[in-house]
Amino acid sequence: MHEPDSKFMLRNCLRKHKNDSAENLYDLLVVEGKIAELAPAGALTPPREAAVYDAGGRQLFPSFIDAHVHLRDPGFEYKEDMQSGLCAAVHGGFGAVMAMANTNPVNDKGAVTGFIREKAARICPRGPRVYPVGALSVGLMGEELAPMGELAEAGAVAISNDGRPVQNNELFRRAVEYAASFGLKVIDHCEDADIAHNWQINEGGGSLHTGLKGQPSVGEAVQVARDILFAEYLNLPIHLAHISCRQSTDLIRWAKVRGVPVTAETCPHYLLLDDAKLHSYNTNFKVSPPLRTSADVAALVQAVQDGTIDILVTDHAPHAAYEKDTPFDESPRGFIGLETAVPLTSALFSAELLEELWCKKPAEIFKLPRNNFAPGDPADFFLFDLETPWVVNRDNIHSKSLNSPWLGQTMQGKIVAHWLGGTQIFSCEDSLCLPKPL
Amino acid sequence: MENFPWPHKDLLDVDGLSIAESQHLLDTAEQFQEINSRAVKKVPALRGKGVILFFAENSTRTKTSFDIAAKRLSADTFSLGKNDSSLTKGESLKDTALTLQAMSPDIIVIRHALSGAASFLSDKVDSSIVNAGDGWHAHPTQALLDAYTLRKYWRDKNQTMQGKSLLIVGDVAHSRVARSNIKLMTALGLQVRIFAPKTLLPKGAEHWPVQIFDSLDKAVRDADAVMCLRLQLERQAAGLLPHLSEYAEKFCLTRRLMDLAAPGAPVLHPGPMNRGLEVADDLADSSASLVLDQVSAGVAVRMAVLFLLGTRKSGAFPA
Repeated sequence: MHEPDSKFMLRNCLRKHKNDSAENLYDLLVVEGKIAELAPAGALTPPREAAVYDAGGRQLFPSFIDAHVHLRDPGFEYKEDMQSGLCAAVHGGFGAVMAMANTNPVNDKGAVTGFIREKAARICPRGPRVYPVGALSVGLMGEELAPMGELAEAGAVAISNDGRPVQNNELFRRAVEYAASFGLKVIDHCEDADIAHNWQINEGGGSLHTGLKGQPSVGEAVQVARDILFAEYLNLPIHLAHISCRQSTDLIRWAKVRGVPVTAETCPHYLLLDDAKLHSYNTNFKVSPPLRTSADVAALVQAVQDGTIDILVTDHAPHAAYEKDTPFDESPRGFIGLETAVPLTSALFSAELLEELWCKKPAEIFKLPRNNFAPGDPADFFLFDLETPWVVNRDNIHSKSLNSPWLGQTMQGKIVAHWLGGTQIFSCEDSLCLPKPL
Repeated sequence: MENFPWPHKDLLDVDGLSIAESQHLLDTAEQFQEINSRAVKKVPALRGKGVILFFAENSTRTKTSFDIAAKRLSADTFSLGKNDSSLTKGESLKDTALTLQAMSPDIIVIRHALSGAASFLSDKVDSSIVNAGDGWHAHPTQALLDAYTLRKYWRDKNQTMQGKSLLIVGDVAHSRVARSNIKLMTALGLQVRIFAPKTLLPKGAEHWPVQIFDSLDKAVRDADAVMCLRLQLERQAAGLLPHLSEYAEKFCLTRRLMDLAAPGAPVLHPGPMNRGLEVADDLADSSASLVLDQVSAGVAVRMAVLFLLGTRKSGAFPA
């Protein structure tokens, strides 16, 4: 990281538009940490004393927002800590992350929320920003409402039970209502705890082949249905976490037609991987909810394209190597995802849709600031080089953990530089893709 | 015995075996069965070889069968069980595997409650791994001894296995015996039928190359052989079944049902049997029962497995 130039221009940034056959190059002017202007290449004259960099035709994106991350800090710093997690985030293109509450202690108190925010600000004063998500119930135990007013005051931006499904419908209803009193939205990890007891894998061909205990996709869908009914009845918003199956997308599509205030997210892995990957018991493919069938994968891609699914999240869930090097049943669930998300999803969706899924809509749903490249917006942006391949391995991953289903595989496209508040947080200085001062 | 190159380091499940390999394994077992009928039931085939019997899940029958098989081949056997200290002290399977590996066994026979445990072990160690049952996943030596038993039964009647129908009845969902048998028996040319109460039929069973029946009477009709699975009593506690007496009433294999099967159709059971629950007491003791033939075949088949894995480099066979 170097000190911010008070004024600088980044020339020859590629911006792709859905309806343009041509790819357009732009110049970006940043002044005092804010966007001053984005204009077609060559249209701007750099102000006197402004440093000028050449983006070399690499794609310019506003910093993305990951609304579902497990930073593991406090309590599980051997898996990830604030430093490593935020380093992974910024290298993955994320300028802001929402940190889930299943830390130790659980983030069910204002003091924990405050600790997370203060630690993030201390370690990464220029960002990425961390927006804590408060627990829905005390200790995430699903018995007693967490003090949401206190959590909101301390800076929690949403409420979630992530990782611990709320089985008690009455408690869930009251949580949605009470959270709304403080302007907080409930994010629900939809999973019926009885149907999905001790599961290891999607129920169907995968469980049949491996002899592992299955979780049927209806275990998710019954709670999606419950949440839709509550959202409509209460006329209060509910955000549905990491949707993984066709039945859920069908229900959400139906709900949206009815005008029910639900929003939904999915993760890159549900758009790319199916349960056939699990036949070899590779624990790096074990995740919650489980990878479903190829038909579910197709349904999710469709649901993202037609707007049924509002946003993408990584559900970045680091685990130590020794925790994953076990028989399948003993392995914890979850993947790291911050650093692979952009290359993976850039292969699926247009640049314009990526911006909506990873930036515009999460900012809207959770009322977070974002860069829309309008004058005065925070100068949070990154350059993405679609031409650069890289391998998912210890040398290239900044997260403390390596539990990725893409471990050892080649990603196409690399984030080569990232600025937050006009400050360059990193650039790949050793590579040819460094934006050089002219 | 002619030299048949055995390409496999491990026996994790039957689906790694070609039909010719399965047949060769059964042929080899047949020769060992002959040894088992001698006065001196021991050959030096695996002399100097070490076999670790790592049974992390309770088992008496399978473990004894492997132990006898190894000893009749003159291998040295070592046992590690569920109650041994490293396991009760919470050592990870990875560390147990590396510890076993450091003792340089030639073969590790593993029984484990978790599906995939045998393949996990295989990834960690150089020794040959024999899966003696992992979770609900696979039990290849059981399927092989079942195939051996049926092959012999029909051969003795001048019949072949080709085209014969085998009904597997009971708790298919939680059965590694069923999973391995479905693979092996269909590969060997049998038509496999399955019947289970719907709560004990695995989701996705339609992917199997089997005929699924919704009534036990229909399933048994004209079946050439019937294999009864053991019902684990915890299925009732898990809410998959009402009272066990209803299971006995509705799903127990009885003489009345066997009268619907093809004349002379035998009954198999992997044991231990719950008499009166999944198989009627009198049927278990009748001449239709091949249960003890299965036990006897088990030793011969396991000798064949240990022999083929233990000698796969030298390829030598004892005179």
